[in-house]
Amino acid sequence: MKSAVITFPGSNCDRDMHVALSKFGFKNKMVWHNDNELPKSDLVVLPGGFSYGDYLRCGSMASKSKIMQSVINFAKSGGLVMGICNGFQILVETGLVPGVLLRNKYLEFICKNVFVKIDNKDNQYFKNLDKDVFEFHIAHNEGNYFCTNDQLKEIDDNNQVAIYYCNNDGNTDEKYNPNGSLNNIAGIFNKEKNVLGMMPHPERMIDKSLSGEDGSFFFKNLLNNIK
Amino acid sequence: MKVSAIITLKKDVLDPQGKVIHQTLDGMGFKDVNEVRQGKYFEIDVKENDPKKAQKIVEDMCNKLLANLVIENYKIIEIQ
Repeated sequence: MKSAVITFPGSNCDRDMHVALSKFGFKNKMVWHNDNELPKSDLVVLPGGFSYGDYLRCGSMASKSKIMQSVINFAKSGGLVMGICNGFQILVETGLVPGVLLRNKYLEFICKNVFVKIDNKDNQYFKNLDKDVFEFHIAHNEGNYFCTNDQLKEIDDNNQVAIYYCNNDGNTDEKYNPNGSLNNIAGIFNKEKNVLGMMPHPERMIDKSLSGEDGSFFFKNLLNNIK
Repeated sequence: MKVSAIITLKKDVLDPQGKVIHQTLDGMGFKDVNEVRQGKYFEIDVKENDPKKAQKIVEDMCNKLLANLVIENYKIIEIQ
């Protein structure tokens, strides 16, 4: 299976993502933001980082870069596009997924492990995952998900919430919400569920001795789903 | 022409920075503040001498890049 990771000026999780994808069997290519064409891919990843120094709004500049037109076309033709952290911020700025990511409620940069609940499994990303609660890492200043009431209704009607913040038992109470996100939302799909934006970093949880293995389950399962 | 635009958060959107500024002002003795909302200001010098056309160009920029209309409003405040 082929994947492509886009590197923007200021991306800093692009190599981590490359390592993670390669470890679990993807043939990954790195793609520069100024290229026009995507290589033939089954999965395109927009990585975390601080593209364009977070100028104007996080992700806003990157969303207009040359390669993004190809990424948008790829997504609109049904291709799998996943944005992690800054990649999620870029996705909302393109409009591929609804909503925005505001500054964290308590104005802190948050860098810690959190538990997330994934029970929306009727999609290529999560189907066949045999558990619902995962420990992932978050590291962001603008992860406070927000959308309009109309958007929220559409999100609920189409079952587009991909991931919630929760505790280790999968309880999604407000007190387990690290950043003020609306309804504890940590990740969102587009309507067709081929585009996924999420704040947590599964690529940071792929080695037992370093951090944890919950990212490994996610990547292994994703590869099997795409095969 | 120089076109000035301000971008502000919509009424329903939480502005934690504005809130902290309000608290700080309060601590400094400015007790008569109801609310503080923080925004952005742009001064754009466009190669266009017709003020109406210049305004249109900057409005287009606001719609497409400078503002995120899910959470922000923009207003052209000066054209000179």
